[in-house]
Amino acid sequence: MLKALVSIFTTTVLLAGTASADTVRIALIDPLTGPMAAAGQSAIDHLNFHAKTINANGGINGDKIEIVGMDNKVNPQETLVQFQKAVDNGIRYVTQGMGSSVGSALLTAVNKHNARNPGKEVLYLNMAAVDPAFTNERCSFWHFRFDAHVDMKMNAMTSWIQGRDDIKKVYLINQDYSFGRAVAEAATKMLKEKRPDIEIVGQDFHPLAKVKDFTPYVSKIQSSGADAVITGNWGQDITLLVKAAADYGVDLPFLTYYGAMAGVVTQVGEAGVDRIYQVNEYYGDFDDPDMADQQVAMYEQTGWDYYWLRLSTMLDMLQKAADKAGSTDPVKVAFAMEGLEVDTPTGKVMMRKQDHQMQMPLFISVLKDDMKYGAEGTDFNFHKIAEISRDEVSLPSTCKMRRPDNA
Amino acid sequence: MLELVIFSALNGVLYGLLLFMLSSGLTLIFSMMGVLNFAHASFYMLGAYFAYTLGMYTGFWPALILAPLLVGALGALVERFGLRRVHANGHVAELLFTFGLAYVIDELVQMIWGTVAVAYREPSYMREPLFTLFGTDYSIFRGVVILISILMFIALWYLLKKTRVGMMIRAALTHGEMVGHLGHNVPRLFMGVFGFGCALAALAGVIGGPLLATEPGMAATLGPIVFVVVVVGGMGSLQGAFYASLLIGLLQTFFVAINASLADVFNALGANLDPYGEVGRISLATLAPMTPFILLVLILIFRPRGLMGELEP
Repeated sequence: MLKALVSIFTTTVLLAGTASADTVRIALIDPLTGPMAAAGQSAIDHLNFHAKTINANGGINGDKIEIVGMDNKVNPQETLVQFQKAVDNGIRYVTQGMGSSVGSALLTAVNKHNARNPGKEVLYLNMAAVDPAFTNERCSFWHFRFDAHVDMKMNAMTSWIQGRDDIKKVYLINQDYSFGRAVAEAATKMLKEKRPDIEIVGQDFHPLAKVKDFTPYVSKIQSSGADAVITGNWGQDITLLVKAAADYGVDLPFLTYYGAMAGVVTQVGEAGVDRIYQVNEYYGDFDDPDMADQQVAMYEQTGWDYYWLRLSTMLDMLQKAADKAGSTDPVKVAFAMEGLEVDTPTGKVMMRKQDHQMQMPLFISVLKDDMKYGAEGTDFNFHKIAEISRDEVSLPSTCKMRRPDNA
Repeated sequence: MLELVIFSALNGVLYGLLLFMLSSGLTLIFSMMGVLNFAHASFYMLGAYFAYTLGMYTGFWPALILAPLLVGALGALVERFGLRRVHANGHVAELLFTFGLAYVIDELVQMIWGTVAVAYREPSYMREPLFTLFGTDYSIFRGVVILISILMFIALWYLLKKTRVGMMIRAALTHGEMVGHLGHNVPRLFMGVFGFGCALAALAGVIGGPLLATEPGMAATLGPIVFVVVVVGGMGSLQGAFYASLLIGLLQTFFVAINASLADVFNALGANLDPYGEVGRISLATLAPMTPFILLVLILIFRPRGLMGELEP
């Protein structure tokens, strides 16, 4: 009896010991409740979905990935609390994307933590906070960005607009915080360079995730005589904006950063066809058979589309870097990640060493009906109409990075 | 310019009527029972979610009737088995009770329907344009919403002013004890009014859901504005709530529509503000979501009893 108890006890202790040594935990600090929850929920499900594949194929350097969701309600203060919680739990990798305001707070916190706790460094894997400053004047060795930043996306979008002579008057509507301001600024500057004849007939900033009724903004756009709208809105703000435009029968192209985000297609449907454009590394043709299989499997298992392609890329790069370093220690992984190049279903991408900004091709796509793979269970999805190559998208950086010298 | 004015007015009135539907129940409950119901906006949210779920089985129109009835019944139960017991411990206990209730409902909604917006939409034939003006469509649904709101307003007015029940309610507002001494069942009347107020909120939810997205945050976003309506209109005044709702609706939409900065406004009034300074260059459109709260502060300073209120808050 006693023997049996002892043996049970020792096996449980041993099992617990091996389980924790074999798991690399990544904390996702993003909105999992509230108006922006769709963005965070779809991201965590995508991460879990892809982590399962990686774990089944041997994990990262032999260890399994585990994703830990932490709700920050898109609030910088809440983010710092959650970050501290992650650190206290011994988590060494954090990922975040919704909101550059949040990303800014997190970047400062990670830098501070790493300076004060050598040997316990944390890496910030940025999947969507696209304020250009993070990989320019504020660049940090501890931060890696897996999404093209505002200026790169605007660079791609304006390159495409260059060939569209029918666009002469543009309206800018954006969220009132660092990211939205950066979009408006980039649009104004780059349009002036590439298409000086284009007139910006209106510009609005609205509070982040607070506006329920976009109809007043839509009436304003309608009466301004614009023939295209540029917006960086995401989450609920893009869904409700295009929904209000659709309700009002506004027949203008909406050039968006995040038009394919979860919820938009359901809300807009037919009315968005040939009107909603997006610039992204993702589009909905699924011309890569492997990616098509992933889309089908993921929609079946989670109810979300394979929208967060770059999250798969992020985990793939993490795996490659850990294998290359022969370790899952964040510092070694960070050095291995620099200059790393991987294949994705939509082209080769590379993590630039100078500023830790991923270099990637971008695509312009537009919502179409009767697509082979529909989004959100409909027949609508985003069809690729233009590709902007990695070199064309790329922008120089002012980053002069300070690297830890003990490696 | 004309089209902007017309559509802003239509939007403002629509939004205002929705606010009124929501706040009329709140102000009724407050003036009668002295309870500021913090959970009021949560009943609005429940209305939208009930209509979404019911609508999958019954279609939109039956859900429009059934959802408010259900929420009304729920409200009556809350009054009968919750508020009435707490009432003995005074107003603070009542406030805390409704405050807690709001949290409970929020959490329940997230547990049942998830944290993400549900696809609650108006029937497709109501998305067709009712009329097209200057190339902008005005959908049938928006027309229906305005119609329902106006019908509700008339019905409410008739109920309160022309029926026997309405007479009792009005009497109980100011002379509750006397009504009780005359042999009327005042606690039952309270229960009825509370349930009715919740049903009105739910009706607002049923038509507001497709208009403004049905998600767990919808109560939290409209909740504060509803309180602003009640305070600005004057605590306990239905008429005041009506004017305040329209005022806030129109103010918010027109602030978005006007292309001017703070400096433009103040300088037109004779002040001398730097149009490129930190404050001066803020545009009115950016201020729009703040207007209800600016109005609240101004009213509390200059006219604490509200537009039509008789009581000091």
